[in-house]
Amino acid sequence: MAKPPPPLWLLAEVTHSCPLQCPYCSNPLDLIPKKDELDTENWLRVLHEARQIGAAQLGFSGGEPLVRKDLEVLIGAARKLGFYSNLITSGIGMDAERVERFRELGLDHIQVSFQADDAVLNDYLAGTHSFQHKLDMARAVKANGYPMVLCFVIHRQNIGQVRQMLDLAAELQADYVELATAQYEGWALLNRDHLLPTQAQVREAERIAHEYQAKLKGKMRIYYVVPDYYENRPKPCVGGWGRVFLAVAPDGLALPCHSARGLPGLELHNVRERSIEWIWNESPGFNHFRGEGWMKEPCRTCDEREKDFGGCHCQAFKLTGDPTNADPTCAKSPHHHLVEKAIDTSELGIITSKPIVFRQRNKNSK
Amino acid sequence: MSDTLNSKPGIALGYRLQWEEVQQCHVLLYPEGMVQLNDTAAAILAFCDGKRSVLGVIAALENEYEAEDLREDVVAFLHEAVDRGWVRYG
Ligand code: SF4
Ligand code: SF4
Repeated sequence: MAKPPPPLWLLAEVTHSCPLQCPYCSNPLDLIPKKDELDTENWLRVLHEARQIGAAQLGFSGGEPLVRKDLEVLIGAARKLGFYSNLITSGIGMDAERVERFRELGLDHIQVSFQADDAVLNDYLAGTHSFQHKLDMARAVKANGYPMVLCFVIHRQNIGQVRQMLDLAAELQADYVELATAQYEGWALLNRDHLLPTQAQVREAERIAHEYQAKLKGKMRIYYVVPDYYENRPKPCVGGWGRVFLAVAPDGLALPCHSARGLPGLELHNVRERSIEWIWNESPGFNHFRGEGWMKEPCRTCDEREKDFGGCHCQAFKLTGDPTNADPTCAKSPHHHLVEKAIDTSELGIITSKPIVFRQRNKNSK
Repeated sequence: MSDTLNSKPGIALGYRLQWEEVQQCHVLLYPEGMVQLNDTAAAILAFCDGKRSVLGVIAALENEYEAEDLREDVVAFLHEAVDRGWVRYG
């Protein structure tokens, strides 16, 4: 097989620990315990090896990356290696001084996520008092010469407040705002009936986003992507499996996508045992869905297969039991009714008897 | 027009221009994204330091590459670069 193109994105999921408890978290239900996390030395090696084969963008995420005490060390190393590094954070675990330190060490970008535009809903969803601190941190980021990049994760519990979110962002003088859809993986999938918005809510949010895009053109960039459940076509799997994206989980497992752990038939490797170069170029896991050999009907003969690569394999697996099926968000999928049913449940406003589950660690696995 | 020619283009906040050895090209990096640049684009951006005016950028390019009449290309490129958010006038 020809050598694959270099990965452009390295996602370093440095920890699953997090002081918040968002029910829409896409981390797996089995959170990696702290004692199994890669140590500093191994992370430094991962950064070095990934940079050598061409990774240029680096995301520090989690969990909450600020929990790692060696984050400063990793940021400094990333800058020296020539990465453009992004910190994806709730803002909890830093103060103005730490932001300044990050700046001096060469961190390029900080994205602060909000649960909602007001303290009550924000703190309810986060499971802790955090709203005021987030506001302070958004301001501290900008005061340190960074662009202010805010992210609101949108779902049924807060989608009615998109206008207020954008007003808040404008008031804070944000440069970019991402209205991100919950990814129905992990905790979010568990809570899907509480989180999936109705079709009408999704379209209304889209309309408001467009209104603000026009109104604030040149001042604030707004990204809103309609969730795949409502689009009749899937989103392309992370830019194509093994084409641009490489994630490393807190325990060192290298993943073609951050939710690929546990896909049946997928042979994944740990960075403790193998080099990044081997994992990217040679490992069976990264080659598993490269190309089109794995495809079945309807994808195999579909003229859109180079656009979306058959969609998300993890979603295909979670909803149909077989990751080589077409992503069921695609209207051509014979399993598309599963997605329609989930939306119907949402349309009917059926209040499930299952309570919403806030993310938490299994008490025994500290 | 003359206003624009005298204003000073710089790489926008949060953007970074850099040579990528593995890809053998210049890229522009920004929050969670990257574009690969052709040689012309990279050459122009390299002179957008926020201190030179557009006229200064043109002169520097013509000098560096021993070329003439670059004005039109540079102005067109900068127009697009501003539109995409890569470049801002200081
Ligand atoms: S059938 Fe497969 S390839 Fe075609 S649009 Fe649907 S998911 Fe994409
Ligand atoms: S299959 Fe889906 S969840 Fe898995 S890698 Fe692709 S986009 Fe991500």
